[in-house]
Amino acid sequence: MIRNSILLILVAGVGIILWQELSVFQSPEKLNDVAGYYAKNGHAETGAANIVTSVVVTYRGFDTLGEVTILFITATIIGFLLKGKQAKEAWKRPDSEFLITASQVLIPVIFLVGVYIFVNGHLTPGGGFQGGAVIASANILWLSALKNSKINHNLLEFAESFSGFGFVLLGVLGIFMAGGFLDNKIFSLGTFGTLFSAGAIPVIYSLIGLKVGSELSKIVIDLNQTQEDAE
Amino acid sequence: MKHLDIEYLSIITGVILFLIGLWGILSQKNIIKLIISFSIIDTSTHLLLVSIGYLKNRTAPIIESNIVEPTAAMQKIVDPVPQALVLTAIVIGVGVTALMLTYALRLYKEKNSLEIDKYISLKW
Amino acid sequence: MIYSIIIIIMALIMLVMAFVAIMHKNLYVAVIASGIISLFASVIYVILAAPDVAITEAAIGSALTVVIFFYVLNKIRRTNDTK
Repeated sequence: MIRNSILLILVAGVGIILWQELSVFQSPEKLNDVAGYYAKNGHAETGAANIVTSVVVTYRGFDTLGEVTILFITATIIGFLLKGKQAKEAWKRPDSEFLITASQVLIPVIFLVGVYIFVNGHLTPGGGFQGGAVIASANILWLSALKNSKINHNLLEFAESFSGFGFVLLGVLGIFMAGGFLDNKIFSLGTFGTLFSAGAIPVIYSLIGLKVGSELSKIVIDLNQTQEDAE
Repeated sequence: MKHLDIEYLSIITGVILFLIGLWGILSQKNIIKLIISFSIIDTSTHLLLVSIGYLKNRTAPIIESNIVEPTAAMQKIVDPVPQALVLTAIVIGVGVTALMLTYALRLYKEKNSLEIDKYISLKW
Repeated sequence: MIYSIIIIIMALIMLVMAFVAIMHKNLYVAVIASGIISLFASVIYVILAAPDVAITEAAIGSALTVVIFFYVLNKIRRTNDTK
């Protein structure tokens, strides 16, 4: 009882401090200097219609490299700490025909939607992170519905290494052929608004989408298939 | 009144959710409840960040020829920088949650209990 | 004006779900409550003119996080009472 009331007083104290800071917040009238520069010159310098995409891939591309590194380390640690799948288990109850047939139709369609989202990242809302999450959802459906077919671990590892290596290679190519690391002018800027525009942004975002999708799929598959039952 | 606008309501929601998550971390003993409270704090911080970057009566930061002209983009879009930061932060949040759950699973295998009062092997 | 009413309704539901997530005894109900919080936050992001963030939060917060929690909860022995 005493402990609960002390906790409530602490939390209320933090709340009062936060409210003092945020109650004098005025919604600004115009964009500040950095956002104004991105809004005014983003279209002409990068050629992408989605300004958030050009900020994430070109103007702040180094932060995206750090985020991809963090995801890679996380997936490695999870794979290291959990035991792998050992023996083949016999499922006690066969699944229904309807579930198996419906998922065999749906899984390629969900993969296609994920690929569409990250290929068109520079024209519409979307991009690599969203497409990678949709691809990981397709893998969840595969694990839950089609229990007798195995997921090819070698394909996942190849996709992940290839996309990570390709991302860094495109960045280094930017040093030699254009302005700096991860510049997008190594391919031509093209016509504004078509699919093959904005230089290297579609290629970079597709590689990021593949990498995020395979990392999240690996995390989910490891958590599903460990043999850590407590006996 | 001023406090009934969209961004103020979102800021108030973010602050109250943050306080509820903080109380959850301080007072719960089950380790899975701790991880759920961390996830609630993540969601509330992202809501707070995106709602600070909102400008009144402006639209999404995408250039389309008949809605937002390329030359008039500076007067018609919201701030795109907090959205780019939050995009990265959401994906990192799910990675950290998965890592915490792996640690919880290994701890359960060793000590056979989910209460944090029973993890006493480092106390002297 | 209509947007403010929508945000007020969703904020109330989110706060109720946050209390349910922390204080309910059954762990499965708590996890689903945190998924509902992420889902309604994604709707608020659309009203705040951030479509990229809304797609990401909806796909990751309410699909992937909830499924990861369920996989881990199923590995913990079920005869232990799920407190």
